[in-house]
Amino acid sequence: MNWGGPAEFFAMGGYGFYVWGSFGLAAALMALEPLLLRHRRKAALTELKRELAAKQEATDEE
Amino acid sequence: MSRRLINWFKYSSPQTFYPLAGKMIPWFATLAVLFGAAGLYIGFFVAPTDAQQGEGYRIIFVHVAAAWMSMFIYLVMAFWAALGLSLNTRLSGMMASALAPTGALFAFLSLWTGALWGKPMWGTWWVWDARLTSSLILFFLYLGFIALQSAIDDPRRADRAGAVLLLVGVINIPIIYFSVQWWNTLHQGASVSLTKAPTMARTMLWGMLLMVLSFWMYAIAAALYRVRCIMLERERNAGWVYELPEVKS
Repeated sequence: MNWGGPAEFFAMGGYGFYVWGSFGLAAALMALEPLLLRHRRKAALTELKRELAAKQEATDEE
Repeated sequence: MSRRLINWFKYSSPQTFYPLAGKMIPWFATLAVLFGAAGLYIGFFVAPTDAQQGEGYRIIFVHVAAAWMSMFIYLVMAFWAALGLSLNTRLSGMMASALAPTGALFAFLSLWTGALWGKPMWGTWWVWDARLTSSLILFFLYLGFIALQSAIDDPRRADRAGAVLLLVGVINIPIIYFSVQWWNTLHQGASVSLTKAPTMARTMLWGMLLMVLSFWMYAIAAALYRVRCIMLERERNAGWVYELPEVKS
């Protein structure tokens, strides 16, 4: 075990800004990408459902 | 033999690949989390303090993983590009497009974490040396690929144009990889190589390799998720998308 306590852990021997700046942005971006993808999938499914409903309406009218 | 060939072509159709990709995503996502947890644990709690760089060296666990993946994803995209141009399969172009934003993400992270590592160790965020400059070009190649594809309305033409760009740009990958040998640079040489024993403590090496595996699994999961979105968007006229349970319900 490397650390005397949480404060020492977050200080990273004086390199806290650089270490957490690196891991922090990596974690943020790798959390953001799946959220954006989920949004994109929902938008695509909504559009397809709308088109399907429009198609069915068109065949009902015939 | 011929039977195998037919099976491969079967899976190259979006209609059959879409459900398969859906089944694979949770597995790769789970592996990414498990490898990531193990890698972070070793990286922060097992690997010892570095004699020269103190705790600052721990950036290596995210920097090397991001940098390796940024190069590897480009090679995979170039592979799909070559396949797409020679066999004209629809899936190839979709896979290349699906990988690009994730590759760009890792290319950016490699530059970002490199800058945050360079500042305390070299005294500068950035130098225009061979390794850093060729890595910046890799990031621009990703952005260029994405911009080029979004500028062409016809997806099949966008795939072909993007594939040519990918294959031309692949020359940059060996330049990045060997830059620390070919030119004088601030950047340190390879810590891990295929021909020599690693020049780092065993626990550091394990932490790094686990982080690489985690990012790798993440990239596969993200690309499969995105390729499913691309299929839903592009295969609108194919009919099969309207038969999907998630669309019908």
